[in-house]
Amino acid sequence: MLRYTLRRLVSLIIALAVASVVIFVAVEIVPGDPAAYMLGINARPDTVAALQAELGLDLPVHERYLAWVGGLVQGDFGTSYTYRTPIADIIGERLWVSLPLALYALILSTLIAFPAGILAATRRGSVADMLVMGITQLGVAIPNFWFAMLMVLVFAINLRWFSAGGFAGWEHGIAPGLKSLTLPAIALALPQASILARVMRSALLDTLSEDFIRTARAKGLTRRQTLWRHALRNALIPVLTIIGLQFSFLLAGAIIIENVFFLPGLGRLVFQAISQRDLIVVESVVMLLVFAVIIVNFAVDLAYAAVDPRLRRS
Amino acid sequence: MIPHSPTKRSLIGALLLSGLALTAYAEDEVQQQTTVTPAPAPEVDPITVTVGLQLEPPHLDPTSAAAGAIDQVLYANVFEGLTRFGPDGSIRPALARSWTISEDGLSYTFTLAADVTFHDGTAMDANDVVFSLNRARAEDSVNAQKALFEDIASVWAMGETQVRVTLSKPNGNFLFNLAWGDAVIVAPESIENIKTNPVGTGPFMFSDWVQGDQIELVKYAEYWGAPAQLDIATFKFISDPTAAFAAMMAEDIDAFSGFPAPENLPQFEADPRFTVLVGSTEGETILSTNNKMPPFDNVKVREALAHAIDRQAIIDGAMFGYGTPIGTHFAPHNPDYVDLTANSTYDPELARTLLSEAGFPDGFTTTLKLPPPSYARRGGEIIAAQLRAVGIETEITNLEWAQWLEEVFRGKDYGLTIVSHTEPFDIGIYARPDYYFQYDNPVFQEKMATLNSEADPEARSALLAELQTIISEDYVNGYLFQLAALSVANVNLIGLWENAPTQATDLTSVYWDE
Amino acid sequence: MRRLIPSRNLVVGAVLTAGFAGLALISFVWTPYGVTGVDIANRLKPPGGGYVLGTDQFGRDILSMVMVGARTSIAVALIAVGIGILLGVPLGLAAAARRGGVLDEVIMRANDLIFAFPSLVIAILITAIFGPSAVNAIIAIGIFNIPVFARLVRGGAIALWQRDYVLSARVAGKGAARISAEHILPNLANLLIVQGTIQFSLGILAEAGLSYVGLGAQPPVPSWGRMLAESQTLISIAPHIALFPGLAIVLTVLGLNLLGDGLRDILDPRIRKTRR
Repeated sequence: MLRYTLRRLVSLIIALAVASVVIFVAVEIVPGDPAAYMLGINARPDTVAALQAELGLDLPVHERYLAWVGGLVQGDFGTSYTYRTPIADIIGERLWVSLPLALYALILSTLIAFPAGILAATRRGSVADMLVMGITQLGVAIPNFWFAMLMVLVFAINLRWFSAGGFAGWEHGIAPGLKSLTLPAIALALPQASILARVMRSALLDTLSEDFIRTARAKGLTRRQTLWRHALRNALIPVLTIIGLQFSFLLAGAIIIENVFFLPGLGRLVFQAISQRDLIVVESVVMLLVFAVIIVNFAVDLAYAAVDPRLRRS
Repeated sequence: MIPHSPTKRSLIGALLLSGLALTAYAEDEVQQQTTVTPAPAPEVDPITVTVGLQLEPPHLDPTSAAAGAIDQVLYANVFEGLTRFGPDGSIRPALARSWTISEDGLSYTFTLAADVTFHDGTAMDANDVVFSLNRARAEDSVNAQKALFEDIASVWAMGETQVRVTLSKPNGNFLFNLAWGDAVIVAPESIENIKTNPVGTGPFMFSDWVQGDQIELVKYAEYWGAPAQLDIATFKFISDPTAAFAAMMAEDIDAFSGFPAPENLPQFEADPRFTVLVGSTEGETILSTNNKMPPFDNVKVREALAHAIDRQAIIDGAMFGYGTPIGTHFAPHNPDYVDLTANSTYDPELARTLLSEAGFPDGFTTTLKLPPPSYARRGGEIIAAQLRAVGIETEITNLEWAQWLEEVFRGKDYGLTIVSHTEPFDIGIYARPDYYFQYDNPVFQEKMATLNSEADPEARSALLAELQTIISEDYVNGYLFQLAALSVANVNLIGLWENAPTQATDLTSVYWDE
Repeated sequence: MRRLIPSRNLVVGAVLTAGFAGLALISFVWTPYGVTGVDIANRLKPPGGGYVLGTDQFGRDILSMVMVGARTSIAVALIAVGIGILLGVPLGLAAAARRGGVLDEVIMRANDLIFAFPSLVIAILITAIFGPSAVNAIIAIGIFNIPVFARLVRGGAIALWQRDYVLSARVAGKGAARISAEHILPNLANLLIVQGTIQFSLGILAEAGLSYVGLGAQPPVPSWGRMLAESQTLISIAPHIALFPGLAIVLTVLGLNLLGDGLRDILDPRIRKTRR
């Protein structure tokens, strides 16, 4: 196990190193100079040069890379070119929107998907099943930004139940904050709930057809009892895996929805930073996201290996 | 150093305006207008206003970035300069209450308002002015408009409230230059943290910034001039036009300065709760043409372009009717404007003939690179269709501003682009052959130089008319329309600017009429 | 009843897919109106009258735009899936053939790495570097299709390598490349068709998302995502211009998903009973 862990650790470090180089190179070759962007069309060349020096952009590429990675290793994300504040602070602030939004969407999608999936699996072939399957088919086919636009039209512009966007902030209490995240969370949750409901259904059907369920039924448990005591628990493994995947997707994948509702989240931060050529913010945020996914994968691999020794060989 | 300063522009307007400023302003004029409403007693609910803006400032230092969004929040409200722009674009006294100019035009002596304090309680005196101006023109200055200060030879404090600025050569624009948001007075004590905690002398002080959402200003009780009539002013940043529309309709915000979607304005106009302010900006919106790139180096081709374009269709289609057609690079609200739209009437037949004469009977293909604003993106699609009708094919590329600056503005790698030149009095850019549209006409340059040294108002008017005519008849660029300043406000909110002579949301004399 | 569901999926899916493919093909030779002209006087006309689906903010016929937009969407998604198959399949085959070896490790780790990147951010970066265009949208979507197919093929191929006929081919002295091509790949065809259909529908959604944020095909080439983006400020005045491009996306994706499900049920009988 130790050897396996070490080997995986080495490949993890290599992966992170490769990722950092890829990200840095990709971001650095983006045309457009942050200093020139900030100073606009009337700026004189010497002013642009002065700002470049102030931002450290006049240093050679390899020095900037090393400075950036060196900082990252020590937990220092650097300072934003445009906002001139520590990137860690900006990320921290944005996470207060992105994290609750992702959680909110996840909870919504789970609340919809579980009953729907269970219903469809237990009443397989029934009208309810066909309805669930039909609606979820539609749910995965609807682009979430379009769904968001339609919701804005109906609930914000026509009915005026919600504001069309923006984030009320947590300082005024939880309710206004949650309210401004509701439409975005629904937009994000719709396709996720559809996928989850389908996974739930098929996972349940899988387990329901397995031997131990038949045994349990043979032992005299009712259908309902087998479902809740045995089948559901076993079906939960693939479902939880999907939920885990969805969470990391929601954190970074909400860019478009954050833009539709102009929420100050992580996704919009990256999007704006790219257009403002706030390169160091782009690099640091993308690195952080990649890091998170790689670490989670690493942990999952280790956990699987701990459970199943055969996996350690390959 | 670049040979032609970026802001060397026509002097006439500023000269006239600064003349006005010298004679027409009594110290307390602003006070007279605004002391009618008494300041609220402390126990009364604070008077608040929430103003929507499309763009959020990157940081809060107006003296080190070009972002208009910074001035949009802070100009006149938090920061003040020696002079300032009025709502009509005139130059008015601000921290400098009066000034004298030496006979040779080389020495300006400013008398500052007395008992002015910064929001941190420290006094504002002549030394702060010296500090601010020297900082802006220093070797390592990162002032986006450094050229505004390039004629300054020295700045001296002549006592607490007296400052003398000497120039290396006479500059009729000087008082105008000092009115820019990039020339505001800052303090050495607070400069360190200006980007996150701006400390100025204005009637509002910075209170809080929720990044990505809003900035809050509060009334500064110790303000030296006429007090603000609002206790709390909140700027909410709503970049999405749909959300701006919905926020306004739901009355989540009291006003939106620079409303991004002209198509929604009729709905506001029809609603008695709102008033729509339609004014003018300093933005000449033009189809910039790369004059050095074949076939645009041929004046016949440029003339063909001009006749292929249907301005009114562009104003209707891109701006939903808001905007004034222009036929040259000059603001129509300026008294010296000459209407030259007749030089470029919409006549596709003539355009085709001209193209044939120029040797392109079957037209040609070129690039059309479009920056993000909707006037450019929408206008671009319409222009592309109009040019196609006379045989000119365009390859459209939508660019972010950073790319546009790099490729088009600096790299001059483009055939056509659409952009609104928002600086006031900027016809001088046509005298710079290295400017991105690469127009190189010695006659124009000579007349421009004459204008810069001419003092007689009538002679200047005549020269300006000539200059406008030259670029119009040379068809340097496609002249489309003057960008409209569009704002929506609660019908009871009084005192917002209608025009946008500079990027600002001046709340200093805004009040609620109940 | 149970036997009816898959075939109904297949039929509905095939009809929808064929419908939009047909619209796209017809648009090459005929559309009700031109899509590049501008007619401001006739803008924002509601559906009906001379314009079946109404006109957009420039007075262009929305039906014609949707038809030509189908072309853009289908082309981008199809080529992106093609890239994924062309690069992902050989990588997956190679990884399976050298299972447990260095090559396998490198390929799979590289796959993991691509998966770890936030795809939309990378797509935005790619377009920031090379400029927005349909080609760059294809590349951005295509890159993320590579690991999908590599993993799928590796998984399928590893199982096949244990089969008797493959073992006998090895005994007969055939090289790994030849075995992969002659014995492994043909047996993975069904798997690839099913996954290809799913990726195709995801590609349509991805293209719509990219062009919605302004990163896909450039004007005047119509694209469903950009039509939606441009309709956004007009939604309160003329909802129809936001409705039809969105419906086109939904129906196309729905059609492809149903088709994929239907195909899976036919081509892969083992999972007919349970999956999806």
